[in-house]
Amino acid sequence: MKASLRFLVPAVLFAALVGFFVVGLQKDPSVIRSPLIGKPAPAFTLESLEDPARKVGAADFAGRPWLLNVWATWCGGCRQEHAVLLEITREGRLPLVGLNWRDERALAQQWLAQLGNPYASVAFDPEGRTAIDWGVYGAPETFLIGADGKVLHKQIGVMTQEIWRRDFLPLLAAGKGS
Amino acid sequence: MIPEIGHFALILALLLAIAQAFFGLAGAARGQVAWMQAARSAVAGQAVFIALAFGALTSAFIRKDFSVLYVATNSNSELPIFYRIAAVWGAHEGSLLLWALCLSGWTLAVTALSTSLQAAFRSRVIGILGLISIGFLLFMLTTSNPFERLVPAAVEGRDLNPLLQDFALTIHPPILYLGYVGFSVAFAFACATLIEGRLDSTWARWTRPWTIAAWIFLTVGISLGSWWAYYELGWGGWWFWDPVENASFMPWLAGTALIHSLAVTEKRGLFKSWTLLLAVSAFSLSLLGTFLVRSGVLVSVHAFATDPARGLFILGFLTCVIGGALLLYAWRAPRLKSAAGFELAARESFLLFNNAFLVAALGLILLGTLYPLFMDALNLGKISVGPPYFNMVFMVPMLPLLLLLGIGMHATWKRSHLQPLRNRLIGIAAVALVIALVAGAAVYGHIRPMATLGFALAFWVMGSSLMIPLSRLRARQALPGAVLGMSIAHFGAGLVTLGITGVQSFKIEQDVALAVGEATTIAGYDFRLAALRQVQGPNFVGVEADVLISSDGKTITTLHPQKRLYNSGGNPMTEAGIEVGAARDLFVALGEDLGQGRWSLRLQYKPLIRYIWLGALLIALGGGIAGLDRRYRRVKAGETAMDAATEPSR
Repeated sequence: MKASLRFLVPAVLFAALVGFFVVGLQKDPSVIRSPLIGKPAPAFTLESLEDPARKVGAADFAGRPWLLNVWATWCGGCRQEHAVLLEITREGRLPLVGLNWRDERALAQQWLAQLGNPYASVAFDPEGRTAIDWGVYGAPETFLIGADGKVLHKQIGVMTQEIWRRDFLPLLAAGKGS
Repeated sequence: MIPEIGHFALILALLLAIAQAFFGLAGAARGQVAWMQAARSAVAGQAVFIALAFGALTSAFIRKDFSVLYVATNSNSELPIFYRIAAVWGAHEGSLLLWALCLSGWTLAVTALSTSLQAAFRSRVIGILGLISIGFLLFMLTTSNPFERLVPAAVEGRDLNPLLQDFALTIHPPILYLGYVGFSVAFAFACATLIEGRLDSTWARWTRPWTIAAWIFLTVGISLGSWWAYYELGWGGWWFWDPVENASFMPWLAGTALIHSLAVTEKRGLFKSWTLLLAVSAFSLSLLGTFLVRSGVLVSVHAFATDPARGLFILGFLTCVIGGALLLYAWRAPRLKSAAGFELAARESFLLFNNAFLVAALGLILLGTLYPLFMDALNLGKISVGPPYFNMVFMVPMLPLLLLLGIGMHATWKRSHLQPLRNRLIGIAAVALVIALVAGAAVYGHIRPMATLGFALAFWVMGSSLMIPLSRLRARQALPGAVLGMSIAHFGAGLVTLGITGVQSFKIEQDVALAVGEATTIAGYDFRLAALRQVQGPNFVGVEADVLISSDGKTITTLHPQKRLYNSGGNPMTEAGIEVGAARDLFVALGEDLGQGRWSLRLQYKPLIRYIWLGALLIALGGGIAGLDRRYRRVKAGETAMDAATEPSR
């Protein structure tokens, strides 16, 4: 009896593997926790997209929660999420700041004129220096920064209503309560 | 209308697969000859309808029918016809259809060519293949229907992924799939054997040619993929240890182990349950590969569309097929007794080591591939396991494997007479070591321990492989296909080792910025950026560079690397310029436009890289010669009579 049990080993190992797969399927492998989360948001001061003379900086929004959305006109996903961003701004819970990344000023301005502007202000980062500080992998990405100036959450990829309600709103509600 | 016919054909194929599975298995269990006959007819019918469905999808691509979602997503009216046909398997849904087509092709072949098998056994094999087919057809019809309509129809298609618009990549998937799916035959043979609970040497002889055939396709398919990655991805790498690559390499390792252990089971009646387990594993790993690629549980550079519903379906299917087979194994395998023993120096021992090392390599690669998944599932953080891990752990079992291979080939069954060969083997080893040292010092200018070890093993394996046919010819002995094939395949393994060692130890890679007219030197070759021009393809625009390569003032060649932007959008694609040579490749890929007329260029010097693919082809060729050995094709009249005699009387 005992000797024949070893023939069961492959089946048992496989069962364990299936267990891992079931758990693994529930998770999205592209979600990588940003090392920034829980840390103070990196400071920046950049030219405004609309008006080079004006400066936009992280300090402008200190003391309340705000969103930073990294976008560019060459980014297909940004066009896709644009409607959702407009809606988030319409809800008016918190200001949305744009970080226009590695883009051309004229194209970006034209984009906002055509599709509508969801941003309270847009920082212009043609060389991507600020994006490096924020650990941006690609566009679009959206960061939630709390009233204490710490990064609460980072969304890599297109923002949807579902993600907004599932990942962002609870954090926002918790942040207001404390 | 034609897409609907294709869809309907798939549904009919599913019904026939159900009939095939039921009548095949139940007919064998109840000894109903008519049922077994029905299962065989279902095989033919299923093949016809799957071919019809495949034809319908191909026709939709040729006719540019953008009212079919899959066609609109994966082709474009500008796409040349050759790629429009290849686009049939360019994405998820179509590649599943190709999977099903391959499976029904293999089933048809087994049904037609295995008339010498005992009727009940053959019927069980057909039934099990039917079960697998049910899973795939059901998967396609419920989650991944390639014939889904797009309402309203698109005016223009989105185009085939530009990475796939390449000759090698159009034939890579079908060949790879023929390999993957081909292991289903060995799997079905193993399950049928487990159901019947007895295994004799004829079983191994039936299984071997089928396994070798599938393994040849897999070998060629993997090599094509590697070759493609080398010239198309623009990095000049030939293997990335990407999860998708590993998914094809793991069944290959299992299949290689299986071919070797089948030899022992056939000749000596040993390792029976182990061989069965390998037969189950090879196909299980193919299915696992499909799951990993299609479900999106792992991130990969092979960016396939993923969908959790699909992942769950494949996982369920995987659990049924593999879990069922392994439980069957746990239940039945203990009954199989291996007969005789053998001496330490006998061929059996060497093949045992071969299996141990191959399976160890397989296990380590599986571990590395799934490790990120384990960590994530246990909430220990997201990590990725990179090439350094794989390069390291793969080498550990491979070095002793190559070392023993050179001796094991000469060992005989049961008890060995290696003594007379000792001097000659020592001679080959010494010569191999000397060549390795000389080659490292003279050709590449320095001696590195790992490079010397790699070269020495490569020459050792090649020399030892050559020794067998040479000494047989000299002694005017017969040279059967099995022996010749073995020698060629093992010589190929040595050649692969040579190529890998050369390119990994002595490659030179440099990224430089050049303006037109400027030049740089690597590895004694001058690379001059002579000109840049715009080019216009059928569905892309791009920039082409003329890179003049010379050595000691003598012009060697002009390469024309391209950077393409496909009209359908997406990332720019690189077409590398490669100067091919027996001793080295020179590789030039165009990088970014740095402005002011300067471009970044990736220049690479790749010594001996060709031998990796040449060796792989020899491995496949050797397999082919061995698989076609007359022993397997002999009309087994005597055996059929014997089987009939041993069939239980009902």
